[in-house]
Amino acid sequence: MARTTTASAGQGPAPRASDVLETWNGEPVDARAVPVHEPARFKEIVLAAHRGGGRLAALFGREDGEGGVLVTAVLADDPEGRLALLATRAADAFPSIAAELPAAQAFERELAEQWGLRPEGHPWLKPLRFEPPRREAPDPFGRADPRATLPGEYPFFRVEGEEVHEVAVGPVHAGIIEPGHFRFQCHGERVFHLEIVLGYQHRGVERLLRGGPDRRSMALAESIAGDTAVGHGLAYAKAIESLSGMAPTARAMSLRGIGLELERVANHVGDLGALAGDVGFLPTASYCGALRAEYLNAVAEICGNRFGRSLVCPGGVKHDLDAEAARALAARVRAAWEKTRRAASLMFESPSVRARFEGTGTVPTALAQELGMVGPAARASGVDRDVRRDHAFGIYRFSHVAVTTAENGDVLARALMRLLESERSVEFVLDQLERLPGGPSRAAPGPLAPGALVVSMVEGWRGEIAHVAVTDAQGRLGAYKVKDPSFHNWFGLAMALRDGQISDFPLCNKSFNLSYAGHDL
Amino acid sequence: MVLRTALHVVALLVLPPLLLGVINRVKSIFGGRRGPPLLQPYLDLAKLLRKGAVYSRTTTWVFRAGPVIGLAATASAGLLLSMGGAPAPIAFAGDFVLFAYLLGLGRFFTALAALDTGSSFEGMGAAREVTFASLAEPALFLCLLVLARATGSLSLSGMLGPDLDAAWSSAAPGLLLAAIGLFVVALAECSRIPVDDPNTHLELTMIHEVMVLDHGGPDLALILYGAAMKLFLFGALLSRLVLGHGAGALASEALFLLGVLAFAVAVGVVESVMARLRIVRVPQLLVGASVLSAFALVLLLR
Repeated sequence: MARTTTASAGQGPAPRASDVLETWNGEPVDARAVPVHEPARFKEIVLAAHRGGGRLAALFGREDGEGGVLVTAVLADDPEGRLALLATRAADAFPSIAAELPAAQAFERELAEQWGLRPEGHPWLKPLRFEPPRREAPDPFGRADPRATLPGEYPFFRVEGEEVHEVAVGPVHAGIIEPGHFRFQCHGERVFHLEIVLGYQHRGVERLLRGGPDRRSMALAESIAGDTAVGHGLAYAKAIESLSGMAPTARAMSLRGIGLELERVANHVGDLGALAGDVGFLPTASYCGALRAEYLNAVAEICGNRFGRSLVCPGGVKHDLDAEAARALAARVRAAWEKTRRAASLMFESPSVRARFEGTGTVPTALAQELGMVGPAARASGVDRDVRRDHAFGIYRFSHVAVTTAENGDVLARALMRLLESERSVEFVLDQLERLPGGPSRAAPGPLAPGALVVSMVEGWRGEIAHVAVTDAQGRLGAYKVKDPSFHNWFGLAMALRDGQISDFPLCNKSFNLSYAGHDL
Repeated sequence: MVLRTALHVVALLVLPPLLLGVINRVKSIFGGRRGPPLLQPYLDLAKLLRKGAVYSRTTTWVFRAGPVIGLAATASAGLLLSMGGAPAPIAFAGDFVLFAYLLGLGRFFTALAALDTGSSFEGMGAAREVTFASLAEPALFLCLLVLARATGSLSLSGMLGPDLDAAWSSAAPGLLLAAIGLFVVALAECSRIPVDDPNTHLELTMIHEVMVLDHGGPDLALILYGAAMKLFLFGALLSRLVLGHGAGALASEALFLLGVLAFAVAVGVVESVMARLRIVRVPQLLVGASVLSAFALVLLLR
């Protein structure tokens, strides 16, 4: 309470409804209608909205056409299912929100890196993904040549002391995983601090999507994170459809839902197996590893690609299912789930596994809220948040998926989330396959509305994916912002390890299983 | 007698990799897989021996000596161990102390070689290994003391000799407890689940494996062979302790081999149905083994 009082002391007038532009998931607005505030006022409104239960879903910059940067915030009101947009103009600096609202820290580091805007008073101002700046401006990090720096070239946080030691892991790892650098400050086996450095996978996806849509755009969107091809592909397709003022057919929506949920199940089941493997529990490790392929193959039966590429396209889906194929698919999924359930219960009923999972890598609810965590990792910490329900889109407006949460926020809770969510998803897929709506599965989207802005959110298997598309005067994509759920959750992983055991890191990491590519873009 | 002794030396040198093959097969069956061939560990060793070795410029002779001393110490310990009831090639009063410390010497040099690399991972692994070894040692000694007390002998050949079969009829509860304690020590000493996971690729969770990350080629072959031999030694100890010996030399030898293979199967089963313990819990397991053995000793002393 004390904190709220200090924060509200000396602040300006309370936010009014006209301070923000209200919209909702997939509803395009006139880009010029987004209210632009003075930086100080912008900060006040964002913080006030946050105190009122709002959540920072995205914060990004784009050229304002006059040499400055227009910083736009997307605030999500989850219980009401609404989004609020507001903006501020900045030339070289703006007052940081991150100290009061830690969920903003990565967004502000991104702004500093991309646009040379210095967040004044940022508590952890370090480069985020070491990408080249998008505009000529002095480097806020004080680097001589930002284009020449490699990921990890910065002063790490260090704990000094005779008995403190540092362990550096990566970016090249012993397994076939993506590159990332982890630096632990340890006292014996105990971790004081974990610093995660990413950026090795930066490909410039947002830059490549600018000027679109063209023939490559869909494939680019699907490659933002290889294991979330349907999730990111769907977010992109939804944005394009909204901007062109068309809605996909009922059949397309249903098939997209099936693809998205199968992707979720495949990844969750694979992760359950990997979690079992990390603690050396063999039966579940090998069964779930094999069963993941069942779900991937099910996706391939729809679109010919195991990872769901070229399933979704703007306007609908590229591949349809006939009744016979739908029945076969349902039988396949049902059989796979029966095996999965047994393999998973083997693990969850084993006392040695539960003892290993329980109390490892705990993220308390308050911390998860503060960091703005999303997806199963947030729900495992008791944060009731799911785009499929809160900002329902497509088929989820008609068919609801129950949201489950846990309380403990430990590895066991995150593992349980994977199992329970998979179960709901399988039910959803079987239900959809049984009553697939008729009609066409694809329509051609028209030209995009010029000067429009749309926020397109999808609950990918890791959590909330948010794409923000802004069109220019010619109806091309003038700015495209991608936010992968990992963007929020990486800091959650770092905090989960605090005061934990260094030997627990691989298990914690697996329980989050965050995307490097999705973060690095 | 000479023939049986020679047979034991041959068994000691030839059989160890087979145990790894048996463990892997059991684990594969539990995992619903076919698994690698039983003799795969031999092929792996042959492959490694044909490779060249790479040495970091920051390492010294200690790094190269580690694997050699490790294997030599384990093999020497094997010469002290009586197998299948026949006396060991080398036997004298108090040789069980030498047995325990030959294993300790091997570990000491493995840890030293790990520290020699200066890698933070290997330092961490060495710290874990010696911490857990210092807890496993009392348990091992208590088990051996139980055997010494039960048979009235201070030599491993006597402790595992014909007197042991007589002791089972008078001191079965104590010996059984000691056998359980020894099995736990074996799992810890041979870095098996639930203490360590020999198959993991996660450097931060490893204990034994992380110490040998920088070894390659023939050095790694020596280390793997030495580790398998250590497993064989514990298998031999437990096989003799639990199964006793049959009527006649041939039956004894057959029973002995059966026991060693059964030990490998048991290790495989444990690895298949259990997850690894959290590292902070490992000391509790080892202290538990010590307490069990101490209790066994109390039962014998009363």
